[in-house]
Amino acid sequence: MNTILKVENVSAGYVPESNILHQLSLELREGEIVSVIGPNGAGKSTLLKTIFGLLKPKEGKITLKGEEIGGLKPFKIAQKGVSYVPQVNNVFPSLTIQENLEMGAFIRQDEYTDTMEEVFELFPVLKERRHQKAGQLSGGQRQMVAMGRAMMLKPQILLLDEPSAGLAPIFVSSIFEKIKEINATGMSIIIVEQNAKEALKMSHRGYVLAMGKNVLDDESSALLANEEVGRLYLGG
Amino acid sequence: MFELVVYGIVLGSIIALGAIGLTMVYRIIGFANFAHGEFMTAGAYIALFIISIVLPWLGFPDSRFVPLSFGWKMVIAFPIAMAGVAILAILADKILYKKLRAKKSGPVILAMASLGASFIIRMTILIIWGSDYIFYRPGLMRPALDLPMGIKVRPDQIFIFCAAIFLVILLHLFLKRTKMGKAMRATADNPDLALVTGIDTERIISWTWAIGGGLAAAGGILYGIDVQLHPGMGWNFLIPIFAATILGSIGNIYGALIGGFVIGIAQQVSTAFLAPTYKLAVAFIIMIIILLVRPQGIFGKE
Amino acid sequence: MELSGILSYVVSLAIMAGIYAIFSLGLNIQWGYTGLFNIGIAGFFCIGAYTSAMITTPMPSGIYAQYVHQLFGLNLPFIFGLLGAAIVCGIVAFLIGIPTLRLGEDYLAIATLGIAETIRLIFNNEQWLANGPRGLMDMPQPFHDLVSPQNYNYIYLIITIIAMAIIYVAIEKAIRSPWGRVLRAIREDEGSASMSGKDIFNFKMQSLIFGSMVMGIAGALYAHYTKAISPSVFTPLYGTFIIWVMLMAGGSGNNKGAILGAYVIWGIWVGTKFVTDFLPYTLQSRAPYIRFLIIGILLEIILIYRPQGLLGEEKKISKLID
Repeated sequence: MNTILKVENVSAGYVPESNILHQLSLELREGEIVSVIGPNGAGKSTLLKTIFGLLKPKEGKITLKGEEIGGLKPFKIAQKGVSYVPQVNNVFPSLTIQENLEMGAFIRQDEYTDTMEEVFELFPVLKERRHQKAGQLSGGQRQMVAMGRAMMLKPQILLLDEPSAGLAPIFVSSIFEKIKEINATGMSIIIVEQNAKEALKMSHRGYVLAMGKNVLDDESSALLANEEVGRLYLGG
Repeated sequence: MFELVVYGIVLGSIIALGAIGLTMVYRIIGFANFAHGEFMTAGAYIALFIISIVLPWLGFPDSRFVPLSFGWKMVIAFPIAMAGVAILAILADKILYKKLRAKKSGPVILAMASLGASFIIRMTILIIWGSDYIFYRPGLMRPALDLPMGIKVRPDQIFIFCAAIFLVILLHLFLKRTKMGKAMRATADNPDLALVTGIDTERIISWTWAIGGGLAAAGGILYGIDVQLHPGMGWNFLIPIFAATILGSIGNIYGALIGGFVIGIAQQVSTAFLAPTYKLAVAFIIMIIILLVRPQGIFGKE
Repeated sequence: MELSGILSYVVSLAIMAGIYAIFSLGLNIQWGYTGLFNIGIAGFFCIGAYTSAMITTPMPSGIYAQYVHQLFGLNLPFIFGLLGAAIVCGIVAFLIGIPTLRLGEDYLAIATLGIAETIRLIFNNEQWLANGPRGLMDMPQPFHDLVSPQNYNYIYLIITIIAMAIIYVAIEKAIRSPWGRVLRAIREDEGSASMSGKDIFNFKMQSLIFGSMVMGIAGALYAHYTKAISPSVFTPLYGTFIIWVMLMAGGSGNNKGAILGAYVIWGIWVGTKFVTDFLPYTLQSRAPYIRFLIIGILLEIILIYRPQGLLGEEKKISKLID
């Protein structure tokens, strides 16, 4: 499998004086799901934001298929085929579901009705309510809109920030099912998760972060089997 | 009394046109634009320039759609003046506000800069036209129509109301049906997510200035048709349009429309008890009351 | 004659600049040290001037009573005029502050703007208050009898500078005190976490009142210098905007900057008169507008290229926060 995204020794922070990420490295290979787990404040969300250009890396390189993207503006990175789903405030509440999806395709110059049909096939619930305002939906449905919006770009890479956050348990497993379905179409995905066990179960490889640094990375199955990882990060 | 309400609706149409633009700028670009009143003045005077200088120079004949007070010259000048102010607003952004945004200046500095811009625009108009009061069509007798319920309304005033509603409908269609319109609504709704979605926020900002400036210009021209032109006209609208914007919740275009009518009616009705010069104070007091009692406006959350 | 003519011209410039410098100092307390965006300075200017005028002039009597109306006329000495102006402005600031200080920065701006405009409307409209649009005249000038009229300005210049010096020292002391430190913490949003909303409100109120009292004194000095005031003086342009340009030019957060900015901008303002004097006769009526256009453009240039002004914020004080 080729490497599609590479993060090499990246340091980044929100203020000039301090950093959240300290020389972090990560690799995403084509077609795989990589999960990023670790305690609160480990810098998982910050990592995604830095990849997507919401933060400028102070040190290190980020390359997409060999091309450097570190420090580019978010809409440029989106143009290169990377889509990002933030953890909170991830829909346009006063726009309808359909309009939310249309916004996802804003950058695209070509026809996107096919893609919208694909998204509706993936999330049939949304199709029924396509003219409802996104702000009136339940948490789980909003998460679907958020992901659907990101997919309208037809990206090569999907960055998901805690997709299961705030969802009722039944929705958690269905969201993860959907993510696997999306991956099956060839999409490479990085998923940041608090729900480490579930995330590892559906991903190929995993990175454990703490205090903004790499702690461990391995095949997900190996991490799941690792006793210390289990004790520290998977809730025993 | 009912007549005052009718006049209030006319005045409110003009206030609403200013407030809609102000609320969009406030929400999408993120600061209180103290120069917005001057966009209204600029629109009125650009139309004046076209009607009184450009068109006659081109040999365009005068005309009048009786019983209205204007004719083809105004019909031509109106959209051109709107476009002119749209361009002015975009230019002001490129020369001034964009540079301050790049330095990460806060909303207070931007507001201060817009205060400076308002004086620059007003001084320019004063330099060119002086401080006299001017009419689009001087010396015209403008009789009122006698309507049922004993209301006397001038045909111009009915036109003003219709024109405002027409522009609002156009805006509504633009925002609901076009890609750029939806992107503007999205940016107003959730500016961070708009950035993430890949929406080019600089283009959105330019469109916002263009629409806000154009609508303000329309308001100014309509006021000029109804009353008269003078260089301080926009400044006198500043407090009323801020009041309407805050009343209707910042970012809410329909709120600004309703807010405009409320403020306009309140101002006109107040003349039954107070001297007319206090109309501005009426708008101001309403604004203070809203800020104290329900600062998020009628349509705001929490 | 030439030299003394130039000298007295310079003296009159220095007086006006000095009066505006005091306004600038007052604004610096509110904006430079506390971050209050007050664009209603004209309101305090107006109230300070009128209060002092009415305290120091007698009630019109005889024939005059038919032409000049004012709310009160106490005919007290000059110093009471100044003090009265300060006190009344302080009270007005308190009343204004109660509803507006809890609002966000730009809401405070709109509110102060509206208040200033309303105050001017009231003074212009209500004849019984202070003679409406015709305004008041003949405010007394202290020590008037000591010198001949053409040399009086020297005395007034001394009075103005003494007032400026006293106020400057008072503010400098206040800013270096614990009170001043809290004020700056509020501006930087640092103190907010450790203080209750009520405390922050109280500090902002004190800053608003203090600054307004200073502005009131400046307004009073203006009235007694020009000896004629009317509502048309206290416009957003002459009574608010120019003071902001002065403070931003000199350096907000810096009292020396406030004073320097006032002198520099007033100098430029007067300088533009020499430029427009060369305009052809037909354009002369536009001269004030051209001059003000220059000032407006100057502010924008300052905001873009040197927002910290000539002197920048006082470093010695910033260090105290750290």
